[in-house]
Amino acid sequence: MSAIEKIPLEQTELLRFITAGSVDDGKSTLIGRLLHDSKSIFEDQLSSITNTTRKRGMMEGVDLSLLTDGLQAEREQGITIDVAYRYFATPKRKFIIADTPGHEQYTRNMVTGASTANLAVILIDARKGVLTQSRRHAYLASLVGIPHLVVAVNKMDLVDYSQSVFDGICKDFSAFAERLNLHHVDFIPISALKGDMVVERGDRLDWYKGTTLMDLLENISISHDVNKEDFRFPVQWVCRPHTEKLHDFRGYMGRIESGAIQVGDPITVLPSGLNSRVKEIVLYEGTVAEAEAPQSVTLTIEDHLDISRGDVMVKTGDLPQVTKAFDAMLCWLSEQPLDPARKYLIKHTTRVVKAVVNRIDYQVDVNTMNQETSDKLTMNDIAHVNIKVQQPLVCDDYQRNRATGCFIVIDESSNNTVGAGMICASA
Amino acid sequence: MSNRPFAHLDALESESIHIMREVAAECANPVLLFSGGKDSIVLLRLAEKAFRPCRFPFPLMHIDTEHNFPEVIEFRDHRAKELGERLIVRSMEDSIKKGRVVLRSETQSRNAFQSVTLLDAIAEFKFDACIGGARRDEEKARAKERIFSFRDEFGQWDPKNQRPELWDLYNTRTHSGENIRVFPISNWTELDVWEYILRENLEVPSIYFAHEREVIRRESGLLPVSHLVQPDADEHSEKMTVRFRTVGDMSCTCPVASNAATVEAIIAETAMTRITERGATRMDDQTSDASMELRKKEGYF
Ligand SMILES: Nc1nc2c(ncn2[C@@H]2O[C@H](COP(=O)(O)OP(=O)(O)O)[C@@H](O)[C@H]2O)c(=O)[nH]1
Repeated sequence: MSAIEKIPLEQTELLRFITAGSVDDGKSTLIGRLLHDSKSIFEDQLSSITNTTRKRGMMEGVDLSLLTDGLQAEREQGITIDVAYRYFATPKRKFIIADTPGHEQYTRNMVTGASTANLAVILIDARKGVLTQSRRHAYLASLVGIPHLVVAVNKMDLVDYSQSVFDGICKDFSAFAERLNLHHVDFIPISALKGDMVVERGDRLDWYKGTTLMDLLENISISHDVNKEDFRFPVQWVCRPHTEKLHDFRGYMGRIESGAIQVGDPITVLPSGLNSRVKEIVLYEGTVAEAEAPQSVTLTIEDHLDISRGDVMVKTGDLPQVTKAFDAMLCWLSEQPLDPARKYLIKHTTRVVKAVVNRIDYQVDVNTMNQETSDKLTMNDIAHVNIKVQQPLVCDDYQRNRATGCFIVIDESSNNTVGAGMICASA
Repeated sequence: MSNRPFAHLDALESESIHIMREVAAECANPVLLFSGGKDSIVLLRLAEKAFRPCRFPFPLMHIDTEHNFPEVIEFRDHRAKELGERLIVRSMEDSIKKGRVVLRSETQSRNAFQSVTLLDAIAEFKFDACIGGARRDEEKARAKERIFSFRDEFGQWDPKNQRPELWDLYNTRTHSGENIRVFPISNWTELDVWEYILRENLEVPSIYFAHEREVIRRESGLLPVSHLVQPDADEHSEKMTVRFRTVGDMSCTCPVASNAATVEAIIAETAMTRITERGATRMDDQTSDASMELRKKEGYF
């Protein structure tokens, strides 16, 4: 294998975002508009939705919202049920949209779509202003720690493209958002239907000096969305080829979830706490001197330690928590309510452990953000809980490090994923 | 903005490698479905990146309709040998002999029946996870497909009863008899696949490149002449320069007119093209807006 200095890894060319809005705020139209104006709609798709538009009695134009309709059952009922993923690309970036519909299962769908997103577009109908739902969407975006938020004030054509309407909505939203842990909020007036300020500026919003939505999506800096400071490497798989040439090779395979590592760096393996140094960073292409999140790599170390899947390598001196009990925000996803008497499984990084919910401290009303006492959790509920696990987890506070702060809850009898959790670990 | 070409591929690649390793670590008996087509060619390179210098922790398997292009079968065997990995081939002919598949005619498209042979092979080897090269951009019904897609005892997919998938914490658990389909390149598009083939310098079967071929023009597209497809009385065949965008059942996989003779030319063409991959090339998917979804529910990939 040849030695390469470092393979540069650019995350900045792939942006994942989610669109959130109440029914009829224009979410499907907006996604259709982005795909259409960025020329990502294929002719056969366009002709198929044109046919359907005519069948439904609209004699002119195309209903762009049809483009994002997914499955047959939903097409028949005219609603979308689940999270769907859409793809488009411009010369600058590739985009993945998690399209989540807004109805009663909304919390669950939005949390799912948001979990991998760099950015959320929250749609607000200019005529209606900031509604309860808008607050809920903003709260969920902050809970899941989406780094960037864009408030798109839609249907500007229906309020005469009025600047004062737009300014009023920005003010209302900002007043409320102050209470949330949001990193960065932008506001854009748009008309998804007419296309103003989505991809093209149009000429009816001249008073607005900011960027178009597409411009923002293409240029917003996302290189700091992953934690760059703390090296965290959960071991996925141990590679022992047992060939003559590589008789003693023992490679720890996994993905660098955060931070960076260099050959020679001192590392600590958790939960055991044993120390060693990085000997080699191996890629298929050869060995490299350094690597960073979110690269998938193979590490070898100087010493023979007993390391297996589920262990986490960190840099010595920059230690996460190793704990058998922790606080978390837990979002319940299943129709079957949480049973506090039962044991569940928790999957956290590459480790699966038995767990019980020890205590429900309070539940959050996602519409008002008020804390309420509660002794049960049903689908779409979000609560602050304390969890006990059978083996220690190696974790960080979710708001500091998404990858080592998140977990899912699995029901061992049905094997379903029933909960999504975010660890609150005050340092 | 970086100067490195195709930098977005790094992110996609790392995600796919992570997925492959999760399957290997958590599933008892996985298999990688290798058809010789471009998507599964990418899967093999990702598996090399995920597991070398070790061997793959799973065998490769091809469900052979025996309606495949000979170039593709040759490529399949050559590639498996080159990698030194075990290749299992299960043929639809066996399912037909056993009476498990009943065809109306010898020349009928076999794509829809692959699921029977696949499910039989899954039962035979007790596979609990099948890694496949499907992508979400291929078809509407796939846009909601999970990366780890759960199938019941009958191999069926219930779109309303899928596990939520959060962060990259994949729930790989199954009861015995059930299995999971895993799609490591879910988030890739047709263009990403070709760009990756270029960047990694991957070999692909010759029929992906422009070549001369006897074809019949039908309303829905060009059909390649073979022992399965002959011109009707009122039709005639002609020689055209074409290439295939997908490789499947010879009786219904349509080539497109193209002069693209290199991967670079294919990328240029794909970036410009205005028709979806399936819309252009699969007659069996055109029959109804929801035909793919129906087939998926029945256990088709
Ligand atoms: N006038 C106007 N109507 C819009 C705009 N955006 C969406 N609509 C209409 O609002 C309705 C709901 O839009 P749709 O995209 O289906 O909303 P969704 O439920 O959020 O996906 C449709 O009739 C759209 O044509 C807009 O910017 N201006």
